[in-house]
Amino acid sequence: MSVTSIGKYEFEPLDKQENFHGNQLTYINWEQHLLFCAPVCLPLPPEMPFGAFVQEVLSGVYSKHPDFEKIDWDAAKWTLDGADFTPDLGKSLADNGLGHKSLIRFWTPGLKGIAGSHS
Amino acid sequence: MAEKRKKKMGIKQRYSMLTRGLGWDTTYQPMDKVFPYDNYEGIIIHDWEGWEDPFRLTMDAYWKFQSEKEKKLYAVIDSFAQNNGHLGITDARYVNAIKLFLTGVSPLEYQAARGFTHVGRQFRGVGPRVACQMQAIDELRHVQTQVHSMSHYNKYFDGLHSAPHMHDRVWYLSVPKSFFDDARTAGPFEFLTSISFAFEYVLTNLLFVPFMSGAAFNGDMATVTFGFSAQSDEARHMTLGLEVIKFMLEQDERNIPIVQRWMDKWFWRGTRMLTLVAMMMDYMLPKRVMSWREAWDIYFTEAGGALFADLARYGIKPPKYADIATKEAEHLSHQAWHIFYNYTHAAAFHTWVPEKEELDWLSEKYPDTFDKYYRPRLEYLDKEEKAGRRFYNDTLPMLCQVCQIPMGFTDMDDPKTISFEVSEYKDDKYHTCSLGCKDIFDYEPEKYVQAWLPVHQIYQGNCGGTEIEDVLKWYNFNMGADNMEYKGSPDQKLWDEWQAHRKKA
Repeated sequence: MSVTSIGKYEFEPLDKQENFHGNQLTYINWEQHLLFCAPVCLPLPPEMPFGAFVQEVLSGVYSKHPDFEKIDWDAAKWTLDGADFTPDLGKSLADNGLGHKSLIRFWTPGLKGIAGSHS
Repeated sequence: MAEKRKKKMGIKQRYSMLTRGLGWDTTYQPMDKVFPYDNYEGIIIHDWEGWEDPFRLTMDAYWKFQSEKEKKLYAVIDSFAQNNGHLGITDARYVNAIKLFLTGVSPLEYQAARGFTHVGRQFRGVGPRVACQMQAIDELRHVQTQVHSMSHYNKYFDGLHSAPHMHDRVWYLSVPKSFFDDARTAGPFEFLTSISFAFEYVLTNLLFVPFMSGAAFNGDMATVTFGFSAQSDEARHMTLGLEVIKFMLEQDERNIPIVQRWMDKWFWRGTRMLTLVAMMMDYMLPKRVMSWREAWDIYFTEAGGALFADLARYGIKPPKYADIATKEAEHLSHQAWHIFYNYTHAAAFHTWVPEKEELDWLSEKYPDTFDKYYRPRLEYLDKEEKAGRRFYNDTLPMLCQVCQIPMGFTDMDDPKTISFEVSEYKDDKYHTCSLGCKDIFDYEPEKYVQAWLPVHQIYQGNCGGTEIEDVLKWYNFNMGADNMEYKGSPDQKLWDEWQAHRKKA
């Protein structure tokens, strides 16, 4: 859509990848566990292996939840930027297709959150 | 020989001299060059004289009214201070609503003063120019009287010491700040549609009535008196909001789709900002006035419904997504309070789990949703807090590119699942929390790619440092006093001491 303005109106986006010191922003959401009020945002190196992402990053973010230790990672379902996705734990985030400002959502079947409230 | 003195002018004549008499068409420079901003938005005005002044106030009458109100207000503020009025409030938790108002809303009054000063220069029609200039003075008065009314609390309670500094920096205050930045960087007609119409006319009752009746219910006479003092100004501002809409719609039918789009946009941005009021009403007032759901039904569904029925004769429809906003009234306060409960270690006010009777009140007010989705979570959080494991979220949240609120809102038909929208623009992704925010982004992506999103700014290293403590220092927080859980806070300790002392006496 054209911009309604009094003159030329072009600006640099504030959140270009090069502003994040070699990292890319990754958005993460553990579905139906709303004890964590919103998806989180982290700057991660694109070369980080997906296995480390699960073991280190996700446990750092979510291990306070009583359901976290019950997660069966083999049964987890993933989407990446809206499409179904099966991560390769040995490959890097970038090789798994994660780009700057990608959104990763994961579902953990059987786990229904605090007192079944999806929290 | 004494000349016969001229008869004094009547108020109507004085008003006409003040407005029409002071306007003229320029001759050395073309009018388009002198007023370059009032036609680029596409609004077509054939006859500026068609503007009907919503309030015919002369300067002398204005000063007289305002000074009388000031005298009363400052007498009450003085007596509130001399009589230790802060001891008469219902509970120290109430002061957190004041903290939110002073850091989130009062700076907007100042932004409004700047905005109206700007557009008060830019209209070639003298009627709207004078109306905007008068409102600019009102807004400046509001920010001053608010600061003066609330400064009494700053002597005793935490989190009230750096409102303007915090407004420019703190993550959740970027929500109201970006709202006004967006309005002030629009053209003059869009500015008036956003602030005078969508905000002051359609939504103002949802902001001021809850805060002021909340203050009255909770023994805060200083704030109540400020509210009364501002009320007659607000009434004038509302009539300006309606007049500008009617003026644009009556001038040319090509204005209708532009005005409709602005209404859709600013209704949505306004409801997003009112999230803060929703949680204040349902969670922060120790003595509650009405639920957010009830306030929405009265002030938007009923009052707003009548307004849009009236505007239908111009071909204006109710704002897009009003139906979604009405569904949200059921969930908004709970989801918002939960966001602040998660991140209250980075907020300049306290949060807490409501007492049992307060939870019962919420169950009663939200019978279809509260017990199902929200009460179990709050009871769990309460249990954790009592066991010494107060829950905080240690990772920064994903924010909406437009409203800048953490993406904590669910799909309103599925309150178990967060709502996600995304747009692509020049090879980058931009995430939004709702269709309302996505539409706003998609129409003017060039504007919103510049959004100063606090979480991204922290990660870029622009907010004082890499550790959370560095960032909070940059916010000017007194750590452990301004932020964190209410239970055990210095505010609560002081309040409990006063109560114990009172019992002894």
